[in-house]
Amino acid sequence: MGSWGTGPGRNPRETILLDGFHTMLLETRRLSKFFGSVKAADGIDFGVAAGEAVGIIGPNGAGKSTLFNLIAGNLAADSGEVLLEGKDISHLEAHRRCAAGIGRSYQIPLPFENLTVFENLLVAAVHGRGRSVGGATDVCAGILEQTGLIRRANVPAGSLTLLERKRLEMARALATGPKLLLLDEIAGGLTESECHELVATIRGIRAGGTTIVWIEHIVHALVAVVDRLIVLNFGRKIAEGHPATVMGSAEVREIYMGLAA
Amino acid sequence: MTAWIDTLLQGVMLGGLYALFAAGLSLMFGIMRLVNLAHGDFIVLSAFVVLVLMTALGLDPFLATLLAAPALFGLGYALQHYLLNRTIGRDVLPPLLVTFGLSIIIQNGLLEVFSADSQRLKAGAIETASISLGGGIALGTMQLLTLASAIGVILVLNLIFYRTELGRAFRATSDDPEVAQLMGIDNRHIFSLATAIAMVVIAVSALYLGMRANFDPTIGPARLLYAFEAVIIGGLGSLWGTLAGGIIIGVAQAVGAKIDPEWQILAGHLAFLAVLVLRPRGLFPRAGQ
Repeated sequence: MGSWGTGPGRNPRETILLDGFHTMLLETRRLSKFFGSVKAADGIDFGVAAGEAVGIIGPNGAGKSTLFNLIAGNLAADSGEVLLEGKDISHLEAHRRCAAGIGRSYQIPLPFENLTVFENLLVAAVHGRGRSVGGATDVCAGILEQTGLIRRANVPAGSLTLLERKRLEMARALATGPKLLLLDEIAGGLTESECHELVATIRGIRAGGTTIVWIEHIVHALVAVVDRLIVLNFGRKIAEGHPATVMGSAEVREIYMGLAA
Repeated sequence: MTAWIDTLLQGVMLGGLYALFAAGLSLMFGIMRLVNLAHGDFIVLSAFVVLVLMTALGLDPFLATLLAAPALFGLGYALQHYLLNRTIGRDVLPPLLVTFGLSIIIQNGLLEVFSADSQRLKAGAIETASISLGGGIALGTMQLLTLASAIGVILVLNLIFYRTELGRAFRATSDDPEVAQLMGIDNRHIFSLATAIAMVVIAVSALYLGMRANFDPTIGPARLLYAFEAVIIGGLGSLWGTLAGGIIIGVAQAVGAKIDPEWQILAGHLAFLAVLVLRPRGLFPRAGQ
């Protein structure tokens, strides 16, 4: 992996091409969202190549989840563009972005509590990737197997433990058949061994060809999976590059690790 | 003793009518958290639609309702798609205001077109037919049919909810509309289908409302009140609960009327109050609500 420049005037597409990637799956251009005077996203430019795994870190309130909301479409940007496979999807509604290939999991798990675990996936598979119920059944069973939820398939999602809910978040997002999987603090609140299992699962998902963008506070879990880190603070991208390089930079240590310590 | 059993049975069957009134309201509230204040007026409007079809084509009320149902399905879809979807959001006030406005518009529109005269859907011999159970107890065929229809409607709605893909989407959207959208569900389409189905249920309620009693353009709000009480007694979002709620109000009214005819309406409201005090979330509250 080469270096990822962050200097002004450097086109991310060129950077990608220089590094040998040919397809940009996701790109944001000058993406901005203000809540009153709070800049939740302040001109964010970044790209993710197909097959890549990118980590996003930053202090609380840095705008990480807002960025996901802008990409997945449950928030409309004030300005800027979101491109998926080169197509501008900034004005598409959330359900169309889902159909276009964006799957998203929530930081605080939000399962459909009155549906069973299996039904949670079935809804996502039928509507998200437009499968028939018959065709979706096998896909959903496979995902439940992959995410370790198969034995809980027929219990109401409302009765799951925290780890299981986090897994369901991921499983349901996968069931929509995403090209791009957005994971929002999926390792938070887990024990060390649970976190280990989760990392193995996410690596498996990536090995299956799904592109991943992962917001996480637990840096060691993140660097075990991602090729590249992006650091956000006050809605701005302040650093981007190889995980070791980024975590070693003085600015990141001061802003991010300083707060975390 | 016989008189009391008779009262109880009459109450249960009256409850069937209230459950029919309530089913459409329960459906819309359960899926969209939308309180349709014009629900009673839509029942009256549908009764007039059936009446017009009967008069124009010389049909009996059942056939006329069958004919009206697809049109009302379409009306429901359009109403939700073009109007009510715009009002749904985190704030509960806009849908209340808009449906309250609809209630006034429908009442006055009907008054303008049909005048304040009482109307009835004439069903012929079935109106007075009855089945004898022996021991001096007889059940009106029409009353029995009402209860059977209420059970049938709720059975069908439950089948849709728990046995079809559309129902799964209804339940998912009801749990969390925002997340449902991220799972690829087009909320607005799902909501429009919900209202469309509710309008068909409303058509069935209108049929029995019109055959069992006189109606005029102004009686909608009172039907809304009974429907409301039935939904809340049963527990928000539970269709079988709504049936139970309707029957509780029906029995309370029948018992009240038996003691003193002036107590009929009051007794129903008192039963509602009692349930609110003892089980504020209703008899069959849904998990996680």
